[in-house]
Amino acid sequence: MSKKKGVYGSKVKKATQMLFYKRHQKPGVKGWELRKALGSDYPKVLDLLDDYLKPLDLQVKTVFEEEKTPEKPTLDELDKARFYVALRGNLPTKDKLMGWRIDDLAGLAITISFIISKKGQATRKDVEKLLSEKMPNWKVGLNIDRYIRYGYLTQDDNGQLFLDWRTRAEVDQKALINMLLSTDAQKAETAEPEEEEPQEQENEQ
Amino acid sequence: MQSTKEPKKLGRERLERIIEMCIVIENHTVDPFTLNVDEIIKVVKEYFPQWQNPDELKLDAETLHHLASVIKLQSEWVKQRSTSLYTDPFLLEEKILQIDKQEMVNVFLKAWHPLIEFEQISLNSLAQGLLYWEALAPLGERWKDLDVSEVSMGFASRDELIKQRVLGDREFSEELNCYWQELKDCVAKKGQDGKIQYWDFIGADTYEETVQRAFLTSFLVTYGYATLEIDRLEEQVFIKPFDKQKTEILTQQSTSVPIAVSFEDWQKWKRGELD
Repeated sequence: MSKKKGVYGSKVKKATQMLFYKRHQKPGVKGWELRKALGSDYPKVLDLLDDYLKPLDLQVKTVFEEEKTPEKPTLDELDKARFYVALRGNLPTKDKLMGWRIDDLAGLAITISFIISKKGQATRKDVEKLLSEKMPNWKVGLNIDRYIRYGYLTQDDNGQLFLDWRTRAEVDQKALINMLLSTDAQKAETAEPEEEEPQEQENEQ
Repeated sequence: MQSTKEPKKLGRERLERIIEMCIVIENHTVDPFTLNVDEIIKVVKEYFPQWQNPDELKLDAETLHHLASVIKLQSEWVKQRSTSLYTDPFLLEEKILQIDKQEMVNVFLKAWHPLIEFEQISLNSLAQGLLYWEALAPLGERWKDLDVSEVSMGFASRDELIKQRVLGDREFSEELNCYWQELKDCVAKKGQDGKIQYWDFIGADTYEETVQRAFLTSFLVTYGYATLEIDRLEEQVFIKPFDKQKTEILTQQSTSVPIAVSFEDWQKWKRGELD
């Protein structure tokens, strides 16, 4: 029994290293890579790791190749999926801007919400028009390009914008839309008048 | 005679317009509900008894095929609207325009779970780097100077260029004319209805020759010596030579038809597996 525990212990350790440390240009690890390194029971290892991470407010996040998350994923679907470690819950606003300027983050939030409402795709022109309501024109294009570079959005040859892998990994789309619709137009009382240092999150993805 | 031809022509034009509209919808540039399916089916039904030859029937089938794709898109639209994720874009747009920047960020932060990744060097990775560096040959060894002797500039004759295969041994227009004749002969021998399958014409014993033939074929079409006929339903491409060169094509705005001539397709064609 203890031997089995030891085996899983070392597998969890290996999985932690694989998931936390950057291995490729994109963060995260593909399922087949985990299977190769940990064996075919890697989903169980990831469940154990997820339990370990819970008290730290972290989670193992799975992003499937298909846009929709299957209810009971097959091994093949898991192999093709990408696994990440992400924040599980919420942190106070000032700790969570992660080096982003508040304008840029608000622009990202608006862009993502708008694309979700347009069935997952919108023309770049429409997004630019929307952002330019509250953002200087010179900044709009730069910001959209940055969102694309980070992996939040992707753009096709026809100038259509879609949500990309990072949005699917990081953003709870349903919660975002629900919260957005339930907010009042008035300022939230809890909001702090805060402007982060203009430190760019320039870690190229 | 005139009385039956006219409605047929009109019917064909209407079906072609319907297909075009369906393709625009399939490309997600137009809302699928702009097409009134009942009306379209009425049109298809109206003209169906008049269709006699295979081309007309194919057009009819193609229309139905595209119409089915549009209905599928409509059903996806309904499904998406019925999910909890659907939000009226106008309502959301209004919210977005009204909401304060700070409030928007507050909302987003509640739904945002950023990824965690470390970028930290370890002793092991440093050791690996050192080992690699040790095994790496110096640049001087890896990038050996190319042994290129300096030659003075001069003029190359046409014969020399032909010898070096920079130019063909015939004038291009002459070559194109010969190739046009070859196409006509080929159609007469192996073709049907004055046309031949694209791959049956360009396909040759070697891949290089096949690419060369495809290259020349593209000029036959561009310069009005022949035309391409595409059967979208069967996904087949035919080439049809004209009896006389159509020079008016050169003055019209034409559409490009990209056709991939990959090595894999050539191998399939050789094995007789390419439809």
